[in-house]
Amino acid sequence: MNSFIPTTLQTEPEIKERVMPRITMREAISQALWEEMERDENVFIMGEEVGVWGGTYAVTKGFYDHFGPKRVRDTPIAEAAIIGAAIGAALTGLRPVAELMTINFAFAAMDHIVNEAAKLRYMFGGQFTIPMVIRTPGGGGRQLGATHSQTPDAIFAHFPGLKVVAPGTPEDAKGMLKSAIRSDDPIMFIEHATLYQVRGEVPEEEYTIPLDKAKIHRPGSDVTLVTYSKMLEKSTQAAEELAKDGIEVEIVDLRCLRPLDMEPVLASFKKTNRAVIVEEGWRSYGVGAEVSSRIYEGAFDYVDSPIQRVAQKEVPLPYNRNLEQMALPQVEDVIKAVKEVL
Amino acid sequence: MDKNEYLDIYHQMVLIRRVEERAAELYQQGKIGGFLHLYIGQEAVSTGLISARKPQDPVITAYRDHGVAINVGISAKQVMAELLGKATGISKGKGGSMHMADADKNYWGGHAVVGAHLPIAAGLALGDQYRSTDGVTICMFGDGATNIGFFHEAVNLSKVWNLPVLWVTENNKYGMGTSIERASAVSEIRQKAEGYGITNARVDGMNVIEVRQAAEEYLEHVRSGNGPFFLEAVTYRYRGHSMGDPERYRQKDEIEKWQQEDPIGIFRTFLLKEKIAASEELDEVEEQVEVETQEAIEFAEASPEPAPEELFTHIYAD
Repeated sequence: MNSFIPTTLQTEPEIKERVMPRITMREAISQALWEEMERDENVFIMGEEVGVWGGTYAVTKGFYDHFGPKRVRDTPIAEAAIIGAAIGAALTGLRPVAELMTINFAFAAMDHIVNEAAKLRYMFGGQFTIPMVIRTPGGGGRQLGATHSQTPDAIFAHFPGLKVVAPGTPEDAKGMLKSAIRSDDPIMFIEHATLYQVRGEVPEEEYTIPLDKAKIHRPGSDVTLVTYSKMLEKSTQAAEELAKDGIEVEIVDLRCLRPLDMEPVLASFKKTNRAVIVEEGWRSYGVGAEVSSRIYEGAFDYVDSPIQRVAQKEVPLPYNRNLEQMALPQVEDVIKAVKEVL
Repeated sequence: MDKNEYLDIYHQMVLIRRVEERAAELYQQGKIGGFLHLYIGQEAVSTGLISARKPQDPVITAYRDHGVAINVGISAKQVMAELLGKATGISKGKGGSMHMADADKNYWGGHAVVGAHLPIAAGLALGDQYRSTDGVTICMFGDGATNIGFFHEAVNLSKVWNLPVLWVTENNKYGMGTSIERASAVSEIRQKAEGYGITNARVDGMNVIEVRQAAEEYLEHVRSGNGPFFLEAVTYRYRGHSMGDPERYRQKDEIEKWQQEDPIGIFRTFLLKEKIAASEELDEVEEQVEVETQEAIEFAEASPEPAPEELFTHIYAD
């Protein structure tokens, strides 16, 4: 609260703007975990180095000392056991938040994610409930080489039975992680490793954000730009550049890949008649392919220009910094694609 | 055990046998689809184990799961209806032969990917440990499952976390058509538990009384806070891996030799020899099973198919 202004003169948005702290994505995620663990005894964390180490991205720093080894469980380096045991614990009514050190290691647990977590409820005729969250950082740009830099989000979004969430701002990360922990379904919660340091405004009061709603991140009238996670940052930079030339880009942040909320995308597209989809993963069979196809299906009469996709080059990510950056989608690629559809 | 308990065990074993023999016929008639893995020959393992279990003990097994389903108390009707894919099946016709479970009975399936349920079993055990309740998870799996990574990750974790789980390998000598000698570095599976520092034992899996006694002892061992226990039950399956198995990998005389050790025959002889039951009483159980199985088939055949809208139910809880 700003003490210089009498309370009676403060309008709601002003108050919000003044008191909302700017915290990092890391802090936002950490707060969500902490608050949910304080709220519900059944919530616990398990994963590699989540405890004594404090999390390899320091998200769970201080948790071990506060919550103890029962609720902050270091595991062996054994991803199938981590996810499998989380499923089993969830079946008994606990609410595990299982951390995979990177999404690249999810492949070692793929059977448990897609064959068990995603299917057990259906396969046993609705008898089972699996309230679990798989938290996992992904993405490239840190010179970690081909096996540690992938953005395979679309693969997980392929499977009915899973929910896939990938927030792009600290506010969304906190609110959506809380919703994920409270959800009774298995959820892949994908964090981008290069967003942990990014700051944003986060409400101080308790809040949650639903797991099935895309959001207009930046209003505009000329082009609809659909994106999520790390590419929200690059797309916003591109939109700011384009605004200097008088091009107003409307950015839709998907936030969830499954379920995919096409409503704001289609509403925006019917206004702009032009779309660019920006994703960090590979173009083939990717998020852009899905979203553009759904735009063609849902708003074909509104199409004024072929929809453009910006995505990663079709190569395993190289170690060399220049080569890696060449492979990843850049602000210039987004600008170019927007100009292409105009 | 009192007489009724003995007779109940006999009833369960014969029921598993007859339900499966009839299921094989229905499969051949095209009334059961997909895969059908019969438990025939191995009835003593599951029956002995489950008879020693307390209701708070979670149970989980692999895809050869009809026997366990009957042992935990799922009715022959619900089993048969699931095999026929009917709405009245225990998994509403959505799971089939390999996916039978009953959450109300603390029975968690029925898992079709070899070894994948072992990490889940560790999680079920974690549930009890976390809440300080005294359930012991019983996890059954074949010898073939002990060669896959899931097994090693789960068994290791159970020891590291001192989880209340009884691992039971049903060593029936073959992983599909590959004999244990051709697939596993050791043929005595319990040796694998040694590598993880887990106390273990080997039992005659064709003798239901021995299995039961072992289960009682080792469940108590785990319940007392001693961490996981590993039990190897040596058994044999009389039928192929699944229906349609050409069985080129074993000789008829090997099967015949094991049929001399039929678990139902062994138990029947025991009951007569110990004068626990008279021959007529056991015949009566068998006749009762005959009726029960026939009724199950009639129930399943008369049951409705799942409604088309069921296609879209049970995907998510929220």
